[in-house]
Amino acid sequence: MRSDHTSAVAETVEHQDAQRRRWGALSARLLQVNPSAMPTAAALVLFAVMLVFGEVSYGGIFQYNTLSNLLINNAHLIILAVGMTFVILTGGIDLSVGAVIAFSSVAGVMLANAGWNPWLVMVVMVVIGLLFGVVAGTLVEFFNVQPFIATLATMFLGRGLASMLSTTPERLVDDSPIRLLSKRITLIDGPGVNDLQLTAGGIIAVVVLLGGFFVLHRTRRGRTTYAIGGSENAASLMGLPVRSTKLMVYMVSGGLAGVAAVVYTSRLGIAQNITGTGWELDAIAAVVIGGTLLTGGAGYVLGSAVGALVLGLMNVLIVRDGGINPEMTTVITGAILLVFVLLQRGVTMRRSDL
Amino acid sequence: MNVRDLARRALAARYIWAVVAILILLAVNLVRDPGYLAISVNPVTENLSGNLLDILRNAAPILMIAVGMCLVISTGGIDLSVGSVMAVSGAVSMELLSSTDGTPSAALTAIALALLVSTVIGVVNGFLVAVVGLQPFITTLVMMLAGRGIAKVITSGQNTTARNETFRWIANGHVLGFPVVILLALAVVLVVGLVVRRTALGLMIESIGINAKASRMVGIKPRGLLITVYSVSGLLAGIAGLFTVSTVMTVDVSQTGSAMEMDAILAVVIGGTALAGGKFSLTGAVAGAFLIATLNKTVVFLGVPSSATPAFKAVVIIVICLIQSERVRGYVSSRRRVRTTPAQERVA
Repeated sequence: MRSDHTSAVAETVEHQDAQRRRWGALSARLLQVNPSAMPTAAALVLFAVMLVFGEVSYGGIFQYNTLSNLLINNAHLIILAVGMTFVILTGGIDLSVGAVIAFSSVAGVMLANAGWNPWLVMVVMVVIGLLFGVVAGTLVEFFNVQPFIATLATMFLGRGLASMLSTTPERLVDDSPIRLLSKRITLIDGPGVNDLQLTAGGIIAVVVLLGGFFVLHRTRRGRTTYAIGGSENAASLMGLPVRSTKLMVYMVSGGLAGVAAVVYTSRLGIAQNITGTGWELDAIAAVVIGGTLLTGGAGYVLGSAVGALVLGLMNVLIVRDGGINPEMTTVITGAILLVFVLLQRGVTMRRSDL
Repeated sequence: MNVRDLARRALAARYIWAVVAILILLAVNLVRDPGYLAISVNPVTENLSGNLLDILRNAAPILMIAVGMCLVISTGGIDLSVGSVMAVSGAVSMELLSSTDGTPSAALTAIALALLVSTVIGVVNGFLVAVVGLQPFITTLVMMLAGRGIAKVITSGQNTTARNETFRWIANGHVLGFPVVILLALAVVLVVGLVVRRTALGLMIESIGINAKASRMVGIKPRGLLITVYSVSGLLAGIAGLFTVSTVMTVDVSQTGSAMEMDAILAVVIGGTALAGGKFSLTGAVAGAFLIATLNKTVVFLGVPSSATPAFKAVVIIVICLIQSERVRGYVSSRRRVRTTPAQERVA
């Protein structure tokens, strides 16, 4: 009995060692390939440290239900972060995502409650996001407006339009099929409530993430996106489709904001004109934590998902701790974003010195 | 200088359209209510009152942040944190006043502390932009969202209310019949205007926005100037926050100063300062601030739901960005080349 126990411990230690070696080798290779991968590695380390810290101090982190809730509750943020990665890779920014979600979800809930076909409503919600993306993209690409000004304007436009529709919480009727997206599917039935669960919203987030990865790393469009961020002039001199790609990234970001609106509304069942306030910061923070350079040209879309999970886990830890004022969340998010931007400055400065 | 020269100069100024727009809005109001522009004198207190004075009162906070934003935009930066700084400044002052007695010295302490905190936020912005080299919009975006968090932490999420007659006097008092808040705002604008236009400071700020590298080559140190500009913007936003909360003696941590950064940017671009930086026009920003105040008041007066204003302002910003863009200006000037006057050339 006792020897069983010790051998099991030895086995775990060995297993952990092997895993650490593998991760070590992988991160070393990543760093060799690209020094700007350091922030991504830092994000992975941070995530792991936060997981261990949470498990040690509060317990109940390495549990099926905590981990599945982490994915389910942050599905919308992962989707936003993927869209934001596209924009930031070109050296742009999209400040309108939170407001797009507000308008899209308020409009969607009102249409669904007015008796529209729920599937059509979901399509409309995504199309609303796409349209916002088209407006922002046209301003940036065709009229040469600075990205943050163009998307700041669409941000206020979206918030204003949402406020025109309604300033009170709009509740989705209980039997609406839109809620199906947040129906929990139990994969592993653990003891008590400790089940490994998944929702359609979570699956959508994973699919979006993999789709983003495929487009950015396996297609010409993806390479063009990186090239624009590296040097827009060089990219257009090489004959790459710079203009249509720039329009595309804002449409991707807007459209994915629409998808995030569907996923979030389905989970919460309530839409309001103040929904999504400050989410643009969360999305930018997720992308930056994940190792994408704010100046564009380098980054990993998978890192953005890690960044989103870091932020989600941070919220979980703040709730578990109970001693931290929940109002501090945005301050902490801002501080983390600043730290990672500073880290990037350090890395890029050293690289340009070489 | 004769009248024709004056007229030509006025037409050459970009903010002429802001003035025209104010006049149109006032005319619309006048049609709705012929007595709209009437200014009456309160027989007891001898204070002036009327819609025009309400507009001026409404314009005071916008004037403050517009002037700060004008300087920041001129350096090629942006300050998205002004609305949140207003909330922080309001939260600091209200929290302090609610825990002290209503003496004038308590009011002065509250004002000093609120302005100090606002300036510190501005200094942090300036430091991150000038010394660390972060992009201005990212730095101030973080401050915009974190600032509101700070305001909520200060008041523990409550909308703090306080009583203090001295503090209340800022917004509701009168001197020689005029509301104090207007006189204070105009005085601040005048001081800033004199400092930047009667010294080389304004030119140096513009030179950073036009060509940072070249201005460094001629010996202008951008660091100190940038930090100064962002701190001034923070300080002015703090003053705007005091103006706003002293009207109602309550700070609403989620609403005070909300979306005001939009108003400030709008006022600056309406006033003819390009968002890309460079030459700025404080007079234009002032005209833009008055236009926005008039617009806010008109919207309420006409009974349009005030929730529609942000969307409308966003559309105006988009249109102005389009007008400023090379593409549209190139199109317009190619069609009008035959009729170009010297004044138009100076504009282009």
